[in-house]
Amino acid sequence: MKTMKKLFQPLILALLFVVFVGGSWLHIFNDYWQLVLLFMGINIILTVSLNLINGYMGEFSCGHAGFMAVGAYVSSVLTVWLFADDKIFGPAVLPASWSILLFPVILIIGAIAASLVGLLIAVPSFKTRGDYLAIITLAVNYIVKSAIENMEVIGGPRGFVGMKRVMNGMAGVFNAPWLLIWTFIGMLVTIFIIRNFVSSTLGKGVEAIREDEIAAELMSVNTKRVKMIAFMLSCGLAGLAGGLFAHGPGGYINPGTFTILKSTEVMVMVYLGGMGSTSGSIISAIGFTLLLEVLRPLGVFKWVLIPLLLVVMMIFRPSGIMGGKELGDIFPKLRKIFGSEEESYALASN
Amino acid sequence: MPLLQIKHLTHFFGGLRAVYDYNLDLEKGEIVGLIGPNGAGKTTVFNLVTGAYKPSEGEVRLNGDNLVGLQPHQITTKGIARTFQTIRLWNELTVLDNIRIAHASRIKYSLPDSILHGQRYQKEEKDIKEQALKLLAVFGLEGNARELAKNLPYGAQRRIEIARALATEPQILLLDEPAAGMNPGEIGELMALIRQIREEFDLTIWLIEHQMRVIMNICERIKVVDFGETIAEGTPTEIQNNPRVVEAYLGEEAF
Amino acid sequence: MALATFLQHFLNALQWGSFYALIALGYTMVYGVLLLINFAHGDIFMVGAYIGFFIAAFLLGLGTGIPVWIILAVTILGSMALTAGVGVTIERIAYRPMRERGANRLYVVITALMIGLFLEYLNLSTLGAADRGFPELIPTKIYSVGGVSFTNIKLIVIGLSVVVMVGLELFLRRTKWGMAMRAISYDRTAVPLMGVPVNGIITVTFIIGSSLAALAGIMYGSAYHVISFDMGIIIGWKAFIAAVVGGIGEVRGAMVGGFLLGFIEIFVVALGSIPGFEWLSSTYRDLVSFTILLVILTIKPTGLFGVARRQKV
Repeated sequence: MKTMKKLFQPLILALLFVVFVGGSWLHIFNDYWQLVLLFMGINIILTVSLNLINGYMGEFSCGHAGFMAVGAYVSSVLTVWLFADDKIFGPAVLPASWSILLFPVILIIGAIAASLVGLLIAVPSFKTRGDYLAIITLAVNYIVKSAIENMEVIGGPRGFVGMKRVMNGMAGVFNAPWLLIWTFIGMLVTIFIIRNFVSSTLGKGVEAIREDEIAAELMSVNTKRVKMIAFMLSCGLAGLAGGLFAHGPGGYINPGTFTILKSTEVMVMVYLGGMGSTSGSIISAIGFTLLLEVLRPLGVFKWVLIPLLLVVMMIFRPSGIMGGKELGDIFPKLRKIFGSEEESYALASN
Repeated sequence: MPLLQIKHLTHFFGGLRAVYDYNLDLEKGEIVGLIGPNGAGKTTVFNLVTGAYKPSEGEVRLNGDNLVGLQPHQITTKGIARTFQTIRLWNELTVLDNIRIAHASRIKYSLPDSILHGQRYQKEEKDIKEQALKLLAVFGLEGNARELAKNLPYGAQRRIEIARALATEPQILLLDEPAAGMNPGEIGELMALIRQIREEFDLTIWLIEHQMRVIMNICERIKVVDFGETIAEGTPTEIQNNPRVVEAYLGEEAF
Repeated sequence: MALATFLQHFLNALQWGSFYALIALGYTMVYGVLLLINFAHGDIFMVGAYIGFFIAAFLLGLGTGIPVWIILAVTILGSMALTAGVGVTIERIAYRPMRERGANRLYVVITALMIGLFLEYLNLSTLGAADRGFPELIPTKIYSVGGVSFTNIKLIVIGLSVVVMVGLELFLRRTKWGMAMRAISYDRTAVPLMGVPVNGIITVTFIIGSSLAALAGIMYGSAYHVISFDMGIIIGWKAFIAAVVGGIGEVRGAMVGGFLLGFIEIFVVALGSIPGFEWLSSTYRDLVSFTILLVILTIKPTGLFGVARRQKV
């Protein structure tokens, strides 16, 4: 069983990679579908990372877009400064061939920046919970957006461009759907990190905080440390999503993209999938991205339908699509293939 | 030196004096009882000692180390664990997880380990799980390990709470009304269980209870509080015959 | 800053704060009674403004020379009534079923958020993205006293807000309904056992909250002459923050919080006109306001008038 599992996981992931990335490379998936795949990946990262806070920890963070913005801007400024000729940042500092190697590094820098900004909600969370913490997350989202708008050097309210030149430079060195590749990898990394963390005894402290924080503290859980870790992971991964998003086709970002509306979008995906279920988040993110495309002809009206859909869901099945369970709870065989070592060990020992 | 020393513990909630000049020396291996009418301040004493509140005045020392001002999780790690008056399990988590999480302070692997799941992590998690299952076995609950805590009957939930407290590897166990809501049969089992875990885990036990049968049969020493003040102290027989205690408890049918 | 300029800003702040206060009241009352953050409330403000717009436009379009003050009265009362209807309907259809199922509070909050979105996009998709010009129902007169100039509308807005708030205070302190509302916010379980119709009180709460928001919407339209589908988003969120800063659930807190926020915003912008403070442009207004609010909440997490609900261990 263990060898089978050890082989299956990378095999299936490799298969997915070949199908989606290879398919894009060979243009079996046209530009439109590549964009959809891109957004699916980014949405998965956003949803899985927010679920750590809103689902596993049971808080109500309404400002996820703010951390996305930090990652988007930090990574964009770095790539444009280094790899593109820009009016403000001057000529490219490094040759385009380096961009392929340094891009993931820059994405990580963006993520780290976002997780540091995440301290703005992590620290208040030590003393505040629930509704009050929700306000703070709102305020931070707003402050980040506002701060960006006030920074003329990166375009202020008009936005920031230049990422297209960077991506074109990369494609010029070697023609491959680079952003899709990095998004796929980023998505895997996100799922890996979150899933592994919450299955560890350290990570289970997050759920203990949700269920009863005082009891957790009294049962030797260092709640401050756990909260800090959770927020920094969650916000950092949002920053990763932001960095990927910023380098999408169009190569343009502006603060108006990262408002409460965007945060709400991510929340919709989290609650649709069910709180505290990582597989639910993945399914929900994929489904929601597709739903947005299906409803595209309706234009703005789709945002009349989607909230109604969620209201109906809240009334009749508030625990979301997965009902708080993981896919592995419903199909135990899947757990043998995809579960972390810890979970499959537990199954084996039963 | 006594294991636990409490000196002049006093606490105010705003203008309300909840605990006044509480003193206690707990020797290793004792089972001591804390009784008093409702609202006398008993749970508050537990809360003060475990760090849920910071006392207005007073000293609390474990093996000579000062505990006042420490974070609750630090106090628990130093060796004091408790159960609660109303059960505070992590309901949506499994019984096993409830016990595992209480091992938090014993975790030696780092954050990167918890994500990468390397060798060191796997070994430690394996150990934690084995210890948790062994602990559950003491309470006859190892078969329920995979069930959600909320789905178990009341009596089992009370036992899980005690098991969870023991998972923190305490020197002193504070039990807050462990017999609440139990029928006489269960109470008998509870008393046997308390004696058993004192032996097996080398514990010192401090107990709040209203069920006089438990107090009188298990405790070696009893202190009585009323309105936050200690009004009597002694062996079970002495307490039973103390007029002040009887007066405070007038109406209690358990005597 | 010259005294006249200061007074000018003071009046602006009073007016601007009135909107926040009126809307914040709705948030705080519903929270006090239901422990629910009604995120749709900011959009109720927008709904009130639009309903008022349509009533006024309709009456003006009748062109039969109805005195303007009657049109104004009908617009205000009509919008308040209809908007109250909208609020109560939302409560009946969405919040109540969830309450009766004992749904987790968080799910109801999410529902509220979704209903807010629904209202915004319903407006956007049916009425289009263009802002509407709110008709001038009150002929604008400008007064000038000692170098301070202000319009009659500004006075009316401030005056009406004060009257309404005093009225609300009296209602809460002197009437049975008001007492019941306050009682529920202290103890949700005991009140129904005393024979108080909880559902009725909740309905009354939504009626009052929604009509106040509608009033604010019409006054906003009259003062600034423009209404848009997203006017509820920003003002709504900010009024919500004002309610929390004042201490959510405390009516006086909402009033104080609303005016406080109004003052902070107006004076931050005003400071920007002082030499040396030019960098404090109006784009910084939001940034500074939010930061100040964050600071207040960090120092006193339960808000200015809030009482910490002690958790029993």
